[in-house]
Amino acid sequence: MTLRHRHLLGIEGLAPPEITAILDLADDYATLNRSGDKHREALRGLTQINMFFENSTRTQASFEIAGMRLGADVMSMPMQASSIKKGETLIDTALTLNAMHPDLLVVRHPQSGAVNLLAQKVNCAVLNAGDGRHEHPTQALLDALTIRRAKGRLHRLTVAICGDIAHSRVARSNIHLLGKMESRLRLVGPPTLIPAGAADWGVEVCHDMVEGLRGADVVMMLRLQRERMDGAFIPSQREYYHRYGLDAEKLAHAAPDAIVMHPGPMNRGVEIDGTLADDINRSVIQEQVEMGVAVRMAAMDLLARALRADREEGVV
Amino acid sequence: MHLSFVNARLIDPEAGTDAPGTLHVAAGQIVDAAPPAARKIDCGGRCLAPGIVDIGVKVSEPGERHKESYRSAGAAAAAGGVTTMVTRPDTLPAIDTPEVLEFVARRAADASPVRVLPMAALTRGREGREMVEIGFLHDAGAAAFTDCDRVVTSTKVFSRCLTYAAGVGALVIGHPQDPGLSDGACATSGKFAALRGLPAVSPMAERMGLDRDLALVEMTGARYHADQITCARALPALERAKRNGLDVSAGVSIHHLTLNALDVGDYRTFFKVKPPLRSEEDRVAAVEAVASGLIDVISSMHTPQDEESKRLPFEEAASGAVALETLLPAAMRLYHAGALTLPQLWRALSLNPARRLGLPQGRLSPGAPADLVLFDPDAPFVLDRFALRSKSKNTPFDGQRMEGRVLGTWVAGRRVFGDDT
Repeated sequence: MTLRHRHLLGIEGLAPPEITAILDLADDYATLNRSGDKHREALRGLTQINMFFENSTRTQASFEIAGMRLGADVMSMPMQASSIKKGETLIDTALTLNAMHPDLLVVRHPQSGAVNLLAQKVNCAVLNAGDGRHEHPTQALLDALTIRRAKGRLHRLTVAICGDIAHSRVARSNIHLLGKMESRLRLVGPPTLIPAGAADWGVEVCHDMVEGLRGADVVMMLRLQRERMDGAFIPSQREYYHRYGLDAEKLAHAAPDAIVMHPGPMNRGVEIDGTLADDINRSVIQEQVEMGVAVRMAAMDLLARALRADREEGVV
Repeated sequence: MHLSFVNARLIDPEAGTDAPGTLHVAAGQIVDAAPPAARKIDCGGRCLAPGIVDIGVKVSEPGERHKESYRSAGAAAAAGGVTTMVTRPDTLPAIDTPEVLEFVARRAADASPVRVLPMAALTRGREGREMVEIGFLHDAGAAAFTDCDRVVTSTKVFSRCLTYAAGVGALVIGHPQDPGLSDGACATSGKFAALRGLPAVSPMAERMGLDRDLALVEMTGARYHADQITCARALPALERAKRNGLDVSAGVSIHHLTLNALDVGDYRTFFKVKPPLRSEEDRVAAVEAVASGLIDVISSMHTPQDEESKRLPFEEAASGAVALETLLPAAMRLYHAGALTLPQLWRALSLNPARRLGLPQGRLSPGAPADLVLFDPDAPFVLDRFALRSKSKNTPFDGQRMEGRVLGTWVAGRRVFGDDT
C-alpha cells in the first residue's frame, strides 16, 4: 500500500481506505514500540526536518522519536528563535531548507493554510503537524487508532467532541476523519466556541453538556485555547468548568463503557477533572500519546514509500 | 479627428437600448449627423458602448510604483475599456493635501492614456482623526473623499467630515463595515471559512456599518456613496434610505458579483479581497440589486499587489485584486448567464458612476464626450495573468475561461487601444 499523496496536509483529502491503511500499519508499529528492539530501517538514508513555528514539546518529541525509530536523520529547527524573526518570509525559509535536500518536512505553523502554502514550494514530502485552526491530521489519526483499539471499530460510534471547537484544528481533523469512517458526531460547547456554520458540517451541535454526552461511546475533550482567544469567549474559567468541564457526574450520562480522550496538554480543573483524567478505567489519554508515535511512524513510512516511488519514476 | 462608427451594436444605458446603429464623432464629442470627411470604422456588428467609469482604482503612486504606475494602470485601463479611472487615495503617503493631489494629477496627465480623476482622503493620513482640507482639495479637483477600506471609527469625526463635505457639496465615499465585529477577519463566516480555520466575520458587519453611515447621512444631509455593498442583509437599509430621499448611492466590485467564498479553495490568496467574498446567496442578491438599480455602480476595485505580499499565509496576505482588464470580460459572465442585459451593465459601469460624479460621460447622446469602447461580448479566451498590462498580476481569474474582448477604446475621440484598421 502506498498513499497517492505526496504530502499529508490534512484528513480532508484522504479516502477511507487510506485512513485504514495508515491505521493498520500504525497498529504494527504500536506492537514494535512495545518490544525490546524498537528500531527499523524504513526511513534509512532519508532526512527529516521538523519545523515548528509554534511552541510544541509533545508533538515535536513524538515526531522526533518516530523518525529516529525508523532510521531517518532527524533534526529539529527551533523556528521560534530563527530567521523568521529577522523578517525572512515563510517561503524563503522553505526554499532555504529545501536546498538542503530534506525528504520529510514536518511543519507546525500558527496560521491556517501556511503548511499548504509551504508544500507548494518544496520538492519533498510535507507533514502537517498542525496549522492554525485548520488541521492536525496525525492527531486525528492517533485518536482514531486509540478509538479503534478500544472499541474495535470506527463506524457507528457516537463521538462527542467537547469544548473549544472554534480554535481547534484537532476538532476539524477529527470531524473529517470520523465523518469519513461513518461515526456519528456531536459538537458540544458554548455557542461562542462553536464556529458559525458548524451545523452545516453534518454534525449535531449541542450547547448543553449532559445532552451532548448522552449515550456517547467516545468523549473527546479539547483544550481551552486561551492563547488563541482574542476577545470575550467565556465569562470565566470556573463557569466554564461548571458548565462544560468533564467530571464523573457529567460522564455518567455517556455510555457506561465510554472512553475519555484529550489531545493534551490538559488544563486540569478547566475542561477536565484531574481525577477523571487519571482514571485508567475511563481515560485513554496516555494511550493516545503512545499511539501518536506509532501513527507518525506509519504516516512517514507511507509518505516515504510514495516519495521513493515518485523519485524512481523521475517525477520529483 | 472625425469618426463614423458604422455597422455597430449600440449599447445605450441612458435609453436602455441595445440595437444596431451608427455613431458619429466630431471634435471629441458625439454628434448627430455624419461630420464631413469622417473616417469610417466598420464595427462588424460588435458592441459599441460608452467607456467604463471606474470608481475606486488603486494606482500605487506615490509610494509603491513597482506595484502599479499611472503608465501601467492607464495601459491596462485602455485595454479593458475603462476610459475614466477614479483613483483611490490609499497610497503612501495618502493623497490628503492639495500638493499630493496635484502631483498625482500631473503624473496621470503625463502617463495615462485614459482620463484620471483622483479622489482624496477624508481624514489626514486616513487615520480617522482630523479632516483633510476638504475645500482646497475639492477646488483642486478631488472627485470624492474617502478613507477607502479604513472605516472612520469615531462617529463624531465622521459626522463632522460629512457635515463639512455637505457644505462644500463634496461626495463622501464610505466603506460600510463595523470595525469591531470585522476586526482580524479575512473570510466571511460560514461552513467553509470555519472548516478552513480562517478568522471570519458575519456579513452583518456590513449592514451595521451601512446603518451607521446612513444614520449620519440622515443627520448631516451629506452626499454619500457606499463603496461596496456585497450582501443581502445590507440591501433593505439601502433601499429604505433611497426611498426616504437621502442622497445616497452604492457600488459593488465585479469580484463580489462573479465569485463567492468557496472560490478561495485551498487558501488561494488571489481571492482575498476586502470585504471578503460572500456566500452564493449574497452574490445572487447583489447581482439582482444591480439589475433593479438598487446598487448603482459596478467597480473593478483594482488593487495591485506584488507577489511578495500575496505569497503568504492567507491571514497575513494582502487583500485586493487587479481588475482593470478583467472587469469587462468578468461582467460578460453576468450577461451570458442572463442575469443582466448589456444596457443594465453599462448603466452600472458607466452612466451611473459618471452621473454620481457629475460627469458628462456614460451616454451616447449628442454632446457627450466620445469616450467609447468597442468589444466583442462572445470572443472566448483563457486568461493568462502574465499577459496583463498591470505591473501586478494578482488576478483571481488566472487560467479561467472568459468571454468578451475589448477591440478598441477611444477617449475624446482619440484611439487609446486597439489596431486602427
